[in-house]
Amino acid sequence: MSQTDSPLPRSRAKAARHSLSGSLERMLPRLVIAPSLAVALFFVYGYMLWTFVLSLTDSGMLPQYDFIGFAQYARLFANERWNVAATNLVVFGGLFIILCLFLGLMLAILLDQRIRQEGALRTIYLYPMALSLIVTGVVWRWILNPGLGVESLVRSWGFEDFTFDWLVNPDMAIYALVMAAVWQASGFVMALFLAGLRSIDDNLFKAAALDGASLPKVYWRIVIPCLRPVVFSAVMILAHIAIKSFDLVMALTGGGPGYATDLPATFMYTYTFTRGEIGLGSASAIMMLCGVLAILVPYLYSELRGNKHG
Amino acid sequence: MSALNILHVDKTFGNTQVLKDISLAIESGEFLILVGPSGCGKSTLMNAIAGLEPVTSGDIQIGGEDVTWRTPAERDIAMVFQSYALYPSMNVRQNIAFGLEMRKMPKAQREEAVARVADLLQITPLLDRKPSQLSGGQRQRVAMGRALAREPQIYLFDEPLSNLDAKLRVEMRTEIKKLHQRLGTTIVYVTHDQIEAMTLADRIAVMRDGEILQLGTPDEVYNDPVDMFVAGFMGSPSMNFIPVTLVSRDDGYVLRVLDEQDPTGAPLELPWPPAREAQALHEWVGERLILGVRPEHFVEDETRMETSFDGTRLDVMATVVEPTGADILLQATLSGTEVTMRLGPKSQVAAGERVALRVDMSRAVLFETTNQRRVA
Repeated sequence: MSQTDSPLPRSRAKAARHSLSGSLERMLPRLVIAPSLAVALFFVYGYMLWTFVLSLTDSGMLPQYDFIGFAQYARLFANERWNVAATNLVVFGGLFIILCLFLGLMLAILLDQRIRQEGALRTIYLYPMALSLIVTGVVWRWILNPGLGVESLVRSWGFEDFTFDWLVNPDMAIYALVMAAVWQASGFVMALFLAGLRSIDDNLFKAAALDGASLPKVYWRIVIPCLRPVVFSAVMILAHIAIKSFDLVMALTGGGPGYATDLPATFMYTYTFTRGEIGLGSASAIMMLCGVLAILVPYLYSELRGNKHG
Repeated sequence: MSALNILHVDKTFGNTQVLKDISLAIESGEFLILVGPSGCGKSTLMNAIAGLEPVTSGDIQIGGEDVTWRTPAERDIAMVFQSYALYPSMNVRQNIAFGLEMRKMPKAQREEAVARVADLLQITPLLDRKPSQLSGGQRQRVAMGRALAREPQIYLFDEPLSNLDAKLRVEMRTEIKKLHQRLGTTIVYVTHDQIEAMTLADRIAVMRDGEILQLGTPDEVYNDPVDMFVAGFMGSPSMNFIPVTLVSRDDGYVLRVLDEQDPTGAPLELPWPPAREAQALHEWVGERLILGVRPEHFVEDETRMETSFDGTRLDVMATVVEPTGADILLQATLSGTEVTMRLGPKSQVAAGERVALRVDMSRAVLFETTNQRRVA
């Protein structure tokens, strides 16, 4: 910057100013970051810590600090409703992840066949992701409502015996949740896979064609193994969406019928804020945090290690 | 019987015709190279042979059978790609065996084929590695191994060496040539590198704008080019083109070199060798022509290396001297035209000096100025 051919005094003055503004320049990033860091530390990590502290107390309607050790956790695991919520999470999360991966991959492969209007189709498939989960929940509640949606429509066509009551059937309501969530997220997974497919050398397809592999075999043996990192990222993202699912459940089933579609997040909300069991609710929140960490830590570990090698 | 027969093949993408009535035949065991600048259609022609792109019209026959509408897998060919196109998730062994597996070859035979090819290409220690763990040259070998394992009728090489560094490229070039001599395979090889073409080919097809301009042995293409494009494309540094006028004298034809800068000065005249007085030359008397002289057909006069070399003497001003080690490339101005010459390494020429040279007119060629076709 200072190698201009301007007269000497001016450049010296410039250098002096430069050192002053230089120190400001060096400090500026820290100054800008500091408030948000403080806020994040207080409101995210501070409250995490507070929740953990509360989970060790016998707080009811309001927080109080009579420590009772891990008794709330023992109560939590003895609670039938928590067990339903945890089982639901396994069913919901498992199906949600598997179906999203499968549909997303299929859509991506089909979209990758150099079809017309690919851009428009890609946007259509990606659009559900732009909706808030509340909207998704409300829309699907109307669609699945036996009195308003698909069932009443098909019945009005004359099929009087048709039943499609997943939303109100305690055994099936969780699958209604899966359906709405998959509809929402599979377009996003498709976008991930499509990006992965685009990075694959076209010549691989040619080489495989010359080797005599059929198209399904090319995908199964050559292309999909190349997409392993994408599958990994997609599973990570979907898993934490599944664990944190709250708004979709609230909008679609409200946790019902009964508590048949409770997920840990709605369980936590119900106990903490409507049933006056802050201690138990905090314990369930901490269990959810542990669940997220169990997924996130290996992911971050492998990512950071990968970066170091790359 | 020819191994590959291409009959009047046309290919159009939309409104652009990328292959124009291509016909050629390759004998079994022949090494044919398709060479040309990028966009000349050589890769398209290769893809058409492989069946990766359908032709618009015409026929392709392999081993006497019409394969024009067969899939790539049904054509009994193997291809080596510029990017190698190794399957990233498989190790070297699986990469080589994949084509055999797809053809339902039993496992024992497959392993035998892999072992044979690995031995041939000296990649046995690499068999359990993934492609990402291999160097460029090793990947190149594996890609060739994958082709060799299938023992197809025809091998297609699509610029296989252009991703390698210069030294490795020369090594692999020799290796490919050795392999061809040992196995007697039929090879069609695409490249834009004229040195690869000259060194490897039994026959070279020089292509431009979707047409084959000349199909011949490396010697024919180099010494007997059909037009200025072929002459200029083959050879490095490329042939010098000097504008001349053909003049008829009592003792034969003379080429008068035109000097644009100095039209009043005495023009340089180069006698056309009487032994080469073609009938065709007669009708070009008084016309402007292009004289083509290869850089190595100039010899420094003092050296008198060959007593039999009775070239025409001329006197030039050296502008740039580029020693390459094996010889010296000299840029000089010959009556206003920039000319490159290849001189012996012992030459003492310096830039700015005048150099006395002889030019071997018996190897020179003449072209028309308008359509650049060969005259003599």
